[in-house]
Amino acid sequence: MKMKSYYQKEIETASREEILAIQNEKIVKQVKYVYDNVPYYRNLMDQKGVKPEDIQSVEDIRKLPFLTKDDLREAYPYGLLGTDLKNCVRIQSTSGTTGKRVVAFYTQKDIDMWEECCARAIVAAGGSNEDVVQVCYGYGLFTGGPGLNGGSHKVGSLTLPMSSGNTDRQIQFMMDLNATILCCTPSYAAFIGESLAERGYRPEDNKLKAGIFGAEPWTEEMRRSIEKSLGIKAYDIYGLTETSGPGVSFECEEQKGMHINEDHFYAEIINPETGEVLPEGEKGELVFTSLDKEGFPLLRYRTKDICILSRRPCSCGRTHVRMTKPLGRSDDMMIIRGVNVFPSQIEAVLLKEGYTPNYQIVVDRENNTDTFDVYVEFSPEQFSDKISDIQAREKSLNGAMRSMLGIGPKIHLVAPKTIARSEGKAVRVIDKRKLHD
Amino acid sequence: MAITQLSAFLENTPGTLYKAITAISGAGINIRALSVADTRDFGILRVIVSDIDKTIEILSDDTVVTRTQVIAVRMSDKAGALREILSVLQEAGINIEYVYAFTANAANSAYVVLRVNDIEEAEAILAKNGQQTLSDKDLNTILP
Repeated sequence: MKMKSYYQKEIETASREEILAIQNEKIVKQVKYVYDNVPYYRNLMDQKGVKPEDIQSVEDIRKLPFLTKDDLREAYPYGLLGTDLKNCVRIQSTSGTTGKRVVAFYTQKDIDMWEECCARAIVAAGGSNEDVVQVCYGYGLFTGGPGLNGGSHKVGSLTLPMSSGNTDRQIQFMMDLNATILCCTPSYAAFIGESLAERGYRPEDNKLKAGIFGAEPWTEEMRRSIEKSLGIKAYDIYGLTETSGPGVSFECEEQKGMHINEDHFYAEIINPETGEVLPEGEKGELVFTSLDKEGFPLLRYRTKDICILSRRPCSCGRTHVRMTKPLGRSDDMMIIRGVNVFPSQIEAVLLKEGYTPNYQIVVDRENNTDTFDVYVEFSPEQFSDKISDIQAREKSLNGAMRSMLGIGPKIHLVAPKTIARSEGKAVRVIDKRKLHD
Repeated sequence: MAITQLSAFLENTPGTLYKAITAISGAGINIRALSVADTRDFGILRVIVSDIDKTIEILSDDTVVTRTQVIAVRMSDKAGALREILSVLQEAGINIEYVYAFTANAANSAYVVLRVNDIEEAEAILAKNGQQTLSDKDLNTILP
């Protein structure tokens, strides 16, 4: 049997009692730290009548107020900062828009912690200092590239900081420099697989052995298809800018849920309607409390991702709680080609551009790539009987959406009152991707 | 003298043209000329009809209809007639946005319908060159 390897064996395989003891110790300190340093959250605690002394263990976390995306927006940009800016060394941001953008601050300690989490993921996927890790997540404000890049450095792997796009170059580097681990979105992995086949490469022609894929929803079916086309084992990874980035949780060789790095992040599942904490094994909204972050120390952040937690032992030897892939959202956010999209953003663009808010978003998946179409009703005044005028309107709306969302939908202008309404209310989103069976 | 054409937006799906035409004919309205421009997603139905107001009322139930001023120029039914008209417009630097043609009851005559970027200028230049353009009233006398 193959030797099991871990990046930080002691903590990754610690007993449940040890993990709990670490969490209890950290949470007491962290709540005090946040109360003392983040006036925005202190205010929320005061409003709820909770004092730092009330939190003596992770069991008491449920007494704390939640943070939501709305809080982050209200506190933008510095309201949730946990330390003086001179102690921070990095900013990362979500792919979202002006309206929903999240800006997170990192101290060097935060960066190290985040990169260690990514290093655990890489080692869990079989990575070591003998590997060549090709990172084709975007670099820059997006956390994907920097996170895996840092993790790969920590592991000591030879890192190829490719960033996203330019598939010809990706393939050239992959083949010429013998990349062994590929990190990107699952849809890009699928695309690389197809591109390799088009160029006449068979799956066994590359040196890849594993892929670490995240930042967008994908199915088991897609996993098997990527594994086949690249000749690898594909591992899921999860994270969000609000907590750090990728590596909050990651899959092991079992491929049965992602281990949450519980020494840094405490996970709860709540009923999204009532906020009540649900017992292990029940489906609900995932809530994270960062146990030791300094720059952007969020407590009880509601991710809006719906999933299930399990503390059942895992054959990989890791003892940290596992979460399922997100099974859905408790809000209306869609993830399209790795980009977070809210219907409200589409609506905002339409109103700004002088259209009525009668629209329909249709998302589907063709050849493992998301398609994104927006049908928009124009008003009689906007109608021109020149085709070029209508096409110019579509093009201009596409541009406005692209600059708002970072992704441009195909726009289809349609006549007024033609978008289907059910019970008088328009159906805003039709997501045909079968991601969760 | 410009004439009134109606333009309606149609989805490019089976049955939409049929539905529009059925509605017009059901009201006893005669379609004097017709053209459909299409793209992958949608089409634009352009018609010249015997009852403008009623057609607008009928089509508005399902889609957007607008009145568009276009020029209808009489041409004799012989080779080179259209070329002559276009040559006049081209020399005056007038841009043609779209064009279609129809025939009338009178023997040996056809009409070309033009949407141009400058309708007044186009009419003036055509008249100057001896071309005859129609008005809505003219249409009522030459067509049912």
